[in-house]
Amino acid sequence: MRSVAVAQLSDMPTVSVKRELLFQALGRRYTDEEVDELCFEFGLELDEITSEKDIISKEQGDGKAESASDIILYKIDVPANRYDLLCLEGLVRGLQVFKERIKAPRYKRIMPANSDVQRLIITEETAQVRPHAVAAVLRNITFSKDRYDSFIDLQEKLHQNICRKRALVAIGTHDLDTISGPFTYTARPPSEIRFKPLNQSKEYTASEIMDLYRTDSQLKHYLHIIENKPLYPVIYDSNGVVLSMPPIINGDHTKISLNTRNVFVECTATDITKAKIVLDILVTMFSEYCEKQFTVEAAEVTYHNGKTCIYPELAYRREKVKPDLMNKKIGISETPSSLAKLLTRMCLKSHVTGNGNSIEIEIPPTRADIIHACDIIEDAAIAYGYNNIQMTIPKTYTIANQFPLNKLTELLRQDLAAAGFTEALTFALCSQEDIADKLGVDISSTKAVHIANPKTAEFQVARTSLLPGLLKTIAANRKMPLPLKLFEISDIVVKDSTKDVGARNQRNLCAIYYNKNPGFEVIHGLLDRVMQLLAVPPSKESGYLIKAADDSAFFPGRCAEILAKGQSIGKLGVLHPDVITKFELTMPCSALEINIEPFL
Amino acid sequence: MSPAMATDGPALAERLLQQLERAGGGGLGSLEAAAALGLEHQQLVGAVKSLQALGEVIEAEQRSSKRWELTPEGKEIVQEGSHEARVFDSIPAEGLPQSELMKLPSGKVGFSKAMSNKWVRLDKNADGGPRIFRAVESVRDAVREKLQLVQQGEAESLEEKDRNELKKRKLLMEVIIKTYWIRKGSAFSTTVTKQETDLTPEMLASGSWRDLKFKAYNFEALGIMPESGHLHPLLKVRTQFRQIFLEMGFTEMPANNFIESSFWNFDALFQPQQHPARDQHDTFFLQDPAEATDFPMDYLKRVKKIHSQGGYGSQGYKYDWKLEEARKNILRTHTTAVSARMLYRLAQQEKFTPAKYFSIDRVFRNETLDATHLAEFHQIEGVVADYGLTLGDLMGTLREFFTKLGISQLRFKPAYNPYTEPSMEVFSYHQGLQKWVEVGNSGIFRPEMLLPMGLPEGVSVIAWGLSLERPTMIKYGINNIRELVGHKVNLQMVYDGPLCRLDV
Repeated sequence: MRSVAVAQLSDMPTVSVKRELLFQALGRRYTDEEVDELCFEFGLELDEITSEKDIISKEQGDGKAESASDIILYKIDVPANRYDLLCLEGLVRGLQVFKERIKAPRYKRIMPANSDVQRLIITEETAQVRPHAVAAVLRNITFSKDRYDSFIDLQEKLHQNICRKRALVAIGTHDLDTISGPFTYTARPPSEIRFKPLNQSKEYTASEIMDLYRTDSQLKHYLHIIENKPLYPVIYDSNGVVLSMPPIINGDHTKISLNTRNVFVECTATDITKAKIVLDILVTMFSEYCEKQFTVEAAEVTYHNGKTCIYPELAYRREKVKPDLMNKKIGISETPSSLAKLLTRMCLKSHVTGNGNSIEIEIPPTRADIIHACDIIEDAAIAYGYNNIQMTIPKTYTIANQFPLNKLTELLRQDLAAAGFTEALTFALCSQEDIADKLGVDISSTKAVHIANPKTAEFQVARTSLLPGLLKTIAANRKMPLPLKLFEISDIVVKDSTKDVGARNQRNLCAIYYNKNPGFEVIHGLLDRVMQLLAVPPSKESGYLIKAADDSAFFPGRCAEILAKGQSIGKLGVLHPDVITKFELTMPCSALEINIEPFL
Repeated sequence: MSPAMATDGPALAERLLQQLERAGGGGLGSLEAAAALGLEHQQLVGAVKSLQALGEVIEAEQRSSKRWELTPEGKEIVQEGSHEARVFDSIPAEGLPQSELMKLPSGKVGFSKAMSNKWVRLDKNADGGPRIFRAVESVRDAVREKLQLVQQGEAESLEEKDRNELKKRKLLMEVIIKTYWIRKGSAFSTTVTKQETDLTPEMLASGSWRDLKFKAYNFEALGIMPESGHLHPLLKVRTQFRQIFLEMGFTEMPANNFIESSFWNFDALFQPQQHPARDQHDTFFLQDPAEATDFPMDYLKRVKKIHSQGGYGSQGYKYDWKLEEARKNILRTHTTAVSARMLYRLAQQEKFTPAKYFSIDRVFRNETLDATHLAEFHQIEGVVADYGLTLGDLMGTLREFFTKLGISQLRFKPAYNPYTEPSMEVFSYHQGLQKWVEVGNSGIFRPEMLLPMGLPEGVSVIAWGLSLERPTMIKYGINNIRELVGHKVNLQMVYDGPLCRLDV
């Protein structure tokens, strides 16, 4: 599971809302514990209770925070697929419906008289760079400072998540009263695009704009999306006013303010499905503040081939799920009507049909995450309360088996420790230098797999030997009393063209002896002991033997190859002084490394 | 050397025993014994200790007492008189110029004291500069007298304010001394016999051990640690987790393939190709071998369809699914990729049979590293596939699993995973932190993942996962993951580590 308990970088977006605004919207006050509990039930996580002042003083020190606001903020983690909970408006709506204080609103698209509909025409040139666009109008909206901030913040949250940092979808919102349609979405050479970007004081060409934002902490991350394209996407009104140059920046001319009454929303995209979802989310959330609440004025989008679409879709889809199936999947036995009620609390308006054999569920445009009956069943389970479900033990009868290679590994580990060697656990990834230069080998002669995008040299390759890891372990523990006797049984990785992925793991055993004397006899004795444990006798025919060999990692004349099961399984010997020095060690050292897979 | 003069070990010890014999049943104090034998107290303490080592010869109870002692300056005053008295004595009848008086060793201190005692007077207008004269006929040196009392061990007869005054003048000091109250022991004797250190084969052969006395062992010292190798703590915990899964009837999956294609790691799990986890920032992609070449093509087509068009009752993600994206080789980001391969293999059986699988192995993330995050860590995963499994079954299985880890208080939170639905995060109440902490993630695999594999419609697959490192760090109280995993491990920690018993 991706976000396993370690919570390694959770994929969850975090929404911060002002506590007072939340309580105001919920119509009552809660203690912090009650909010935490409510969030938990609903699948959210109250991550942190803080304030702007706290945040700034944590990041930049107390001095800078003095003038910042100390209004209490809740930072709430929202599941990555619930775009409808990414702003205060949606969060409150979801919780109020969940608590049955309000009914889920019904979102409606309104067609203006034909001549009044806003039109967006997509030209052929966009095909190579960003081929899709959708649009809508929020008519007679009333902003306040908080509403406006939330509107901007939601766009940013959508950009970071479903829009994949604007690569898939970019949103532009404009004061409709400053422009006149029809609008044209086209693509032009950067030198031919010229406008005053948002919050700038003068006009620039598109190329200049790219240079301007190269150092901008936010916008620099989006430049690569179009930078190397011959044509840049751009939207004009009928008078040639630039609305935006997606996915980089809007024009200053159409900037919305607290006084804006009519908002033209456009989303340009490489993924039309996601563009529709993003538009639906943005307009359903903020149509709450329109004169006709929860209504959105349609816009018409025409492709160059003449295909015309009306947006936003605001589609309500119906699904039927059998109550039996729901009960069976969750492990509860609720009546159909009670299941329908549970679903309705999750903004999925439901009713019982067909003599109680079926529940019909209406999926609103805000719930793009519902793509299968299992999503509906999950919502029923959440509304029922996960912690109210009776725990049961499945009757599944199975006989357990160990993976033979791991079983052998477990047994050998025990006996190597009993033989006086201590177990190390080293990284599977390392630098090229570790497995090649430091062992006196050329990297091209190894069968190492190479990583394309390492952030540092530590992750250039997967190890082809356990030896470097053990040598580094000794180097990090030089203060410990001598001798140091270490071992590791773990996987190395080598290229193998017979495998579907072109590489395979190999289970190796490596041991090392570090002391004032090389102690070849100690390592040799360990090999004899390992063979004894594996019931392989010292013999030429059916057992094991060692014979002199050359290896750049070992001191000449002090290295032998180990042959067993009719094949070479590894080497042992006294390490080459160059190797010892390169791993920053100062004592003689002998080592052994073998492949244990032939002994399965 | 006569016994009275003996101050070396045995002889001294015997003198102490004789003194104790004379003292009778009540015993005696080490201070008075030292005084009586004319020894330094420290020497006597040595004798007490050597007698204690013999066993029950004496009983010695340690006591501590406070005692007033003279400082070196105090001793000088007892010898020579106080500074003020010495000043008084040094002034002849015709007086002494002040400048000369000040040159005397006790001049400065003594003069001011003598002035305040009104023993002397100063004539500033005398011929030849200021001159000091005696002001009284004779004086009584009370300071010296008091110090003499202290020297005779009668400090207690002084008034407290006098003692404090003398202490302030740094003439007296209070010392704490450890003394013993010594009594006869059960094996008391006035002679000391030589003791053997240990049994020898000769003693056994001759039987002489019967008549010999043996030196007592010091049971407070530590023994010598056996020479041995040690297993790594993280892998000791891994062994226990394997054991738990085996006890629960789970079969171990072959997870020895760090290199995986994006197809098995993501696409097979219905994780869309634009998912952030597939970003360069999160996942290690391979340069060589960059791509996987071989896929079960029928299955791959079904995967492509479910992503791009939907099916099996699903809307799908409706995007342009690309084979080249699925081909990209990576270092697997989770062992769920292994579960996907196993479930696909299970689906290829002629007749479905229920299965319980587990794995514990390495996974890799190209992420920012800190004290609790590394680019590679171990993931523990459990999977159950059978007809009709419920969310209640998942929770029940988790309860049994975590009970074996010694975690009994569980709570489940709705969550989101691209390939499980429903999904639940598992929380347990941490007594130390006094709060609920996340201990695992779980869910029921999506039909969009299972049905394209060819698993029968009614089969549900429940699964859960957690990291091996976190419970280990909590178990062994390790804060920095680098001290546990990798070459910077603290070997002393490995040497000293206790057994891994998760449920106690």
